[in-house]
Amino acid sequence: MAHLEHTAVHGHDVHDEHHEEHHELSFIRKYIFSEDHKVIGKQFLITGLIWAVIGGTLSMIFRLQLGLPNADLEWLRPILGEWITPDHKLSQEFYLALVTMHGTIMVFFVLTAGLSGTFSNFLIPLQIGARDMASGFLNMLSYWFFFVSGVLMFISLFIETGPASGGWVIYPPLSAVQEAMPGSGLGMTLWLCAMALFIISSLLGGINYITTIINLRTKGMTFDRLPLTIWAFFLTAIIGVLSFPVLLSAALLLIFDRSFGTSFFLSDIYINGHALDHVGGSPILFQHLFWFLGHPEVYIVLLPALGITSEIISTNSRKPIFGYKAMIGSMIGITFLSFIVWAHHMFVTGMNPFLGSIFMLLTLIIAVPSAVKAFNYITTLWQGNLIFTPGMLFSIGLVSVFISGGVTGIILGNAALDVHLHDTYFVVAHFHLVMGSASFFGFMAGVYHWFPKMFGRMMDERLGYVHFWMTFVGVYLVFFPMHYQGIAGFPRRYYTYTVYNAFNSFHDLEAFISIAAFITFGAQFIFGFNFFYSIFKGRPASSNPWRSNTLEWTTPLHPGHGNWVGEIPTVYRWPYDYSKPGAEDDFIPQTVPYSQTASSNTEHDAELLKNEQSH
Amino acid sequence: MGVSEKISDKIEREASIVLSKKMILWIFIITIVMMFAAWTSAYIFKRAEGNWLIFEMPTLMLYSTIVLLVSSFSMHMAYSSAKKDNLERVKIALIFTTILGFIFVVLQLFSFKSLIDKEIYFTGKSSNVAASFLYILTFIHALHIVAGIVFLLITLAKSLGNNIHSKNMLTLELCATFWHFLDGLWVFLYVFLYYIR
Ligand code: HEM
Ligand SMILES: [Cu+2]
Repeated sequence: MAHLEHTAVHGHDVHDEHHEEHHELSFIRKYIFSEDHKVIGKQFLITGLIWAVIGGTLSMIFRLQLGLPNADLEWLRPILGEWITPDHKLSQEFYLALVTMHGTIMVFFVLTAGLSGTFSNFLIPLQIGARDMASGFLNMLSYWFFFVSGVLMFISLFIETGPASGGWVIYPPLSAVQEAMPGSGLGMTLWLCAMALFIISSLLGGINYITTIINLRTKGMTFDRLPLTIWAFFLTAIIGVLSFPVLLSAALLLIFDRSFGTSFFLSDIYINGHALDHVGGSPILFQHLFWFLGHPEVYIVLLPALGITSEIISTNSRKPIFGYKAMIGSMIGITFLSFIVWAHHMFVTGMNPFLGSIFMLLTLIIAVPSAVKAFNYITTLWQGNLIFTPGMLFSIGLVSVFISGGVTGIILGNAALDVHLHDTYFVVAHFHLVMGSASFFGFMAGVYHWFPKMFGRMMDERLGYVHFWMTFVGVYLVFFPMHYQGIAGFPRRYYTYTVYNAFNSFHDLEAFISIAAFITFGAQFIFGFNFFYSIFKGRPASSNPWRSNTLEWTTPLHPGHGNWVGEIPTVYRWPYDYSKPGAEDDFIPQTVPYSQTASSNTEHDAELLKNEQSH
Repeated sequence: MGVSEKISDKIEREASIVLSKKMILWIFIITIVMMFAAWTSAYIFKRAEGNWLIFEMPTLMLYSTIVLLVSSFSMHMAYSSAKKDNLERVKIALIFTTILGFIFVVLQLFSFKSLIDKEIYFTGKSSNVAASFLYILTFIHALHIVAGIVFLLITLAKSLGNNIHSKNMLTLELCATFWHFLDGLWVFLYVFLYYIR
């Protein structure tokens, strides 16, 4: 009888809409057009990793140009073709294209879709105790919009006039006037189409995440018992839903300017001495619209990484996360503030200095919740029983680069200082540490930590350590020196600096950075090997290898569609009961009721126990 | 005992699916709101910068506003009739709403024509950004109305098969929510464009 009940409930839960194809789904439904959040998460992961290799390769090519400006690049001709000039150099147009595509790919495809797409999809239902997302169908669409968007972006790399080249922020007029530069033609059109699809994908994902978290939590999983990962994904999705539509609006206006002759962003442009027909628009308007997304976007990229880190650091310090509520509060604070600081990217656009000081003030306030988070990580680590898994190392690395990069944010946030530093390598250093590295570290931490849940096997730890140390040392060697260049006024996005006397002295430093970058990039292939090797040949994992409290570890080693066999477990406590005084074990999973842990219950718990029993 | 628990679980789960669908729609509406918030803010920003054409709203748009308001009313009729299981009224009200939606779109297109007659152009040398904004805002809204009409047709099809009644309200409820939202959005845009131009 009990067994019958099981299957009945199970069948219903999973396939409420489409009955009865319970077990054998066809290959296509199972792995390609799958509606299972776990498969979709893995699809995002693999696609994101592929994009990371592409984005990284692009940066290696422009680092060649920067670090070894006199090198003979003829050997790249088989791959790059006409982008290598007759005198064996990288073409200038292609340099700009490389920088643009590197930025676009890394920010959107790797750290937004790859990071948030992977872990929000994979972890939300597993950690809140749901069979799947609220709408598996929309979730599947979300992946496939992303995929098609990627295809368009990929095609744009190979067209004759080259991909978009005006920087990942695509400021008009460069992006709006098709004749402005080769990449402003078809390349830019493809960029805009790809991004429109990407935005749709993000929105479909975000809508699903929010709805799922609000509606499908299992019994007992109140908001103050949610793992911080879920809080992070939740707030990330909210930011996305509010800011991505604004980018879509801006992109649409840009499309009209480019192809239909309107002048929203264009005014008084002369090409070869002839005035264009476009008059009366405002390029600054585009910057406002772009950065209204652009700044929240940096937190869309960062928050999931912070959430993942909270979880991993607590688990591997065998200590409750310090300041759980403060962590939530800071994330809410960051979410709110992220919408009202965008103009700190525009201090030098001639804005009213008074307005500038208001944005400066708001910007500096963001440092407060950010610092609260940093302190909480450190205090969680403090005197913990640290277990240095690769995931843990990457999480600690995240805390380090987050602080190093955050400090320079405070410098940049001062309008008076930013006038000097804007568009120099100082900015490049700032955001590569605080966004690029921090989020990438969070991404890697998450992969190492949840790999056993995703694939049922362990990744190799020793390779993980090598990967971590090379990456950690590498990013500091690459990005730290850039601060000095930036303070000296070294402008970003320049093809060559050797023609400027002031910057010639940086020649050796540039070479140093490039070599460090090559090595760091090379180290990622250790990860790549480890990842794919372990999927097939890794050591089989146990069902809860990190002795963790959260719900995903209560599922079978290879969870099927529906995640739990039989009923979804009920949750009785928060997810951070590690090393609780009086407890038998140094962790108490969320599914253990207070009635079973009399020895470790505090006074407060005793009250919860009463609640538990009155049910 | 155990079995009855399972049934209550199932009811709960179905309720949460209904709730999820409604929430998905509402969040979708929020994204539309954000798009229009971006455009109207851009409009205000650009207007403050000068070089702005002060245009007259075409009178046709006043009529289209009235048409849309009436359609919201008939949409509500459909909804309340469905609650009372008056299925024939539901069908009539839905057909009426759909037709009014069509009329709205046609009226908008004619308003564009009347703007062009007054030499207020969307693009080109003699167009002004103010006019471009006017066209964009109304055009994209009309596109949403077309989407709303598609949704209405789907709902209507369900209703013609007698699949919409007091125990099966979800589709109609979602459709009504979306339609009222589009109506409200238009009223907002109309007032906005009328007073801030
Ligand atoms: C303490 C908090 C932070 C402050 C005060 C701050 C401040 C700033 C300022 C003022 C700029 C503009 C610099 C310029 O272009 O002249 C900037 C650029 C940037 N910041 Fe931050 N930031 C902070 C944290 C972050 C975080 C957490 C991220 C990402 C996760 C981030 C990502 C970026 C990016 C991507 C850019 C450059 C965009 C570009 O021009 O291409 N920042 N930051
Ligand atoms: Cu910013």
